Amino acid sequence: MGEYPILTLTVFFPVLGAVLIMFLPREQSKAIKSVAALCTLVSLLLSVLVFGGYDRALAGMQFVESIPWVRDLGVRYALGVDGISIPLLLLTNLIGFSAVYASWQIDDRVKEFFSLLLLLISGVMGTFVATDLFIFFLFYEVVVIPIYLLVIMFGSSKRVTKEYAGMKLTIYLLIGSAFLLVGLIALFIQARGILGFPSMDISTLASLNYPVPFQLFAYSLMAFGFGTLLSMFPFHAWSPDGYAGAPTAVSMIHAGVLKKIGGYGLIRIGLFILPAGARYIAPIIALLAIANVVYAGMICLSQKDLKYIVGYSSVSHMGYVLIGIASLNLISLNGAVMMMFAHGVMAALFFAMIGNLYHKSHTRNVADFGGLAHQMPRLATGFMVAGLASLGLPGTVNFIGEFTIFVGAFKNYQTLTIIAISGIIITAVYILRTLGHVLFGPRRPEWDHLRDLEGVELVPLLVLGGVILLGGILPFTIMDLINSGVAQLLAQIGSVQTGGIF
Amino acid sequence: MAYELLAPEILTALLGLLLLATGLMLPEQGKKLVGPLAICGLALILGKVIINFRLEAVLFDGVYQIDMLGNFFKLLFLSAALLVFFMAGRYTEFFGKRKSEWFSFMIFATLGMMVMASCGDLLTLYIGLELMTISFYILSAYLLNDGLSAEAGLKYLIMGALSSAVLLFGISLIYAATGSTVFNETYQVLNAPGHAQAVVVAGIALLIAGFGFKIAVVPFHMWAPDIYQGAPTPVTAHLAVASKAAGFAALLRVFMAALPLGLFNWSLALAVLAALTIVIGNLIALPQNNVKRLLAYSSIAQAGYILVGLAAVNHYGLKGLLFYAMLYVFSNVGAFAVTTLVEVESASTDIKAFNGLGQRAPMLAAVMTVCLLSLAGIPPLAGFAGKFYLFSGAVQAGYLWLAFVGLLMSMISVYYYLNIAKAMYIGACESDTPFIVPLSSRLALWLCLLGTIIIGIYPAPLSQLAEMAIDMFF
Repeated sequence: MGEYPILTLTVFFPVLGAVLIMFLPREQSKAIKSVAALCTLVSLLLSVLVFGGYDRALAGMQFVESIPWVRDLGVRYALGVDGISIPLLLLTNLIGFSAVYASWQIDDRVKEFFSLLLLLISGVMGTFVATDLFIFFLFYEVVVIPIYLLVIMFGSSKRVTKEYAGMKLTIYLLIGSAFLLVGLIALFIQARGILGFPSMDISTLASLNYPVPFQLFAYSLMAFGFGTLLSMFPFHAWSPDGYAGAPTAVSMIHAGVLKKIGGYGLIRIGLFILPAGARYIAPIIALLAIANVVYAGMICLSQKDLKYIVGYSSVSHMGYVLIGIASLNLISLNGAVMMMFAHGVMAALFFAMIGNLYHKSHTRNVADFGGLAHQMPRLATGFMVAGLASLGLPGTVNFIGEFTIFVGAFKNYQTLTIIAISGIIITAVYILRTLGHVLFGPRRPEWDHLRDLEGVELVPLLVLGGVILLGGILPFTIMDLINSGVAQLLAQIGSVQTGGIF
Repeated sequence: MAYELLAPEILTALLGLLLLATGLMLPEQGKKLVGPLAICGLALILGKVIINFRLEAVLFDGVYQIDMLGNFFKLLFLSAALLVFFMAGRYTEFFGKRKSEWFSFMIFATLGMMVMASCGDLLTLYIGLELMTISFYILSAYLLNDGLSAEAGLKYLIMGALSSAVLLFGISLIYAATGSTVFNETYQVLNAPGHAQAVVVAGIALLIAGFGFKIAVVPFHMWAPDIYQGAPTPVTAHLAVASKAAGFAALLRVFMAALPLGLFNWSLALAVLAALTIVIGNLIALPQNNVKRLLAYSSIAQAGYILVGLAAVNHYGLKGLLFYAMLYVFSNVGAFAVTTLVEVESASTDIKAFNGLGQRAPMLAAVMTVCLLSLAGIPPLAGFAGKFYLFSGAVQAGYLWLAFVGLLMSMISVYYYLNIAKAMYIGACESDTPFIVPLSSRLALWLCLLGTIIIGIYPAPLSQLAEMAIDMFF
């Protein structure tokens, strides 16, 4: 397979689909949906091939492609995957594929919807496979605008209007990325001074020794930029409103993978290139992570709208990822990456189920429902799988992630870890209470007309639910891969001890 | 003599005169030919500039310089003029019987810019500038029945004359201090030790103010919004894109070739002006409801970004300046092209006129969105690559704060650009009649769209071209 640019194909197949869709006539909504499904399926299969074909014994960057792109900036069109990026690439495609099916009921402006959705999926994938900082950033911001257009065109206005939600989300993320971009430019100029020639290659940049004050400065900018994307407290306010306003597919992709670019960036760019900066800032991130877990978890307890519950819950769970990243050791980082994968699948399944229910019942209010398991047993299964995964039940892939993070983090932050573990209890309270109220209890006749999941609606449940269980039962399929990636990354930067400014 | 070297300028002058003459002589029927004639002529001249691109010569004892920097800008002006002619299409009907003169004035304005880009002497610069500005006085007031247009013309005349006076005063002070107006000679005199006179500093300050008017840099920007809003839209496009680029070409030549940096730190002064321009331009653009006015404020902010490159005075910065000026042609003319078409269709440039454009004319809405986002600097569009160069230059020159200001404000600018996108995609559409987009406008739209996307994704060719053009300064 070495000859085929498999990563390029994976990333650009959806773009091809988007272009094709733009030329299809407006009325052919069936054909448009099929093209979207087909392209995401091809990308999914290719990423499964990458997942299977990756040589774990060899580790390191594989499936590498590298073409000179802009000489005077040292930019190369360079793609490659390692143990950290493959799970996230796979995740993107799993969710992208499911998202197309979760949007099957869209029948107005189908053309715009699916072409923007495909562009969005490509953009997200690109960030995970780019090994050049400039190319990474190109993909990183590509995603923002399709999301805005999708939210204002197809979103829903409940507590806040969709225009407000879309703009809030966009501006938050862009301001974050402005700081990130200043950090990147400063890094680029600094590295150019040391190297004597321009380079944007992430591993070349990582091989240099930057002065510690500079690392502190650049890492804090990145922590701000990536932290905003990862909905780190106190920059999380965009997330619940944004998810509530967004159409189902966008909520799935946003909560599922887009946020994870933040975590991925903190590891791949922040920690890898600026280890000393990471070390000094880590305790602050750990503190903020606790705020995420506990504060957002508490807010969840008082939410009444299903999407807000999952929205705040995802803010809360990102706290686990952050504390994993802040602990800077092999186990905790493994856990953080695993958690990103696990949370992505879970959140996407949750939003798919909520979207389906909302489409049929036109309400997301917990109090309006009751006993839905009578009328919609398959939907209830989906909700239960997602819910139980969300509270980290053993047997689901989320348990593996959370457990690993806490084991890793306990070495560095005993007290903080214990507080973070309380997040599991908070999650259990709001998830079980919500699901109990919505799904179980006496049958409510006003919902008798709701039809259960059928036909294509089952795809998200089968794909994402299957992965949750499969990953929970056979965690080593993914964990070994992540471990090889993280171990190599840590080996390259030498041992990093936390300590920092506290 | 080297007529070969001056061919582009001579041909442009002839084309302008020819169009003027055809307008007088041809009967009403034949005037349809004027547009195609102007376009063919400009395309030929553009071809000539491309063939001549690598030629270098100094003519008339340094008064006129043919080099790659000048050719780069000539390429830019001619492309801009061509795109504007393409997109003007149905708008020229508004000019009634004075259509051929309109083309002719546009070409004279372009000629003025070309002279500015190649000048090697302060007075030649001034002549080019006046040729351009006087043509624009007339062009701004070209809609005779429209009060706003007349007001724009008059305002531009007064403000333009004032700024020319300021510039001329600056030139005279430099002449007084050095005894020459030729760039190389002033540089040599000023670079000699012990020449830091107050009069030179005053001269430089007046030059900055004079050029500041032309490129609409804060605090010399007051004239721009009214004139941009009042002038006929294709004229506004040319004014916002090409005349601004011409101002930068002249600024670049004067500051890099005539005034040694050691004399007076004009770099810092420009950096402060750039920051002010970016902040104020973007902030005032936020509440605007008229798209032409919004684009006026946005182009004030854009001038601020471009100025960052000159303030940086290094490789990346200057390259960014040229790069950005070129991509700005595609992105801004694209935005103005859509505005023109909407104005022809609905006789308004209010943001409400754009409502529902996404459904009535998806192509127009797509071009508008892409071009505006490029101006905002969202990757993978051209504006991002340009800003990357500009702010890399600024950081390298030690202006980290400028990078913060510039990038933050460019993200904030997304707000008002997206407001237009919002109107286009979810605004309620009042009429369902399909949009008539003439073939030539369609061509302009495609060129702008492809230019904006291709430069963004693969910036290497343009960056090499810019590299060659600024090589003479290093």
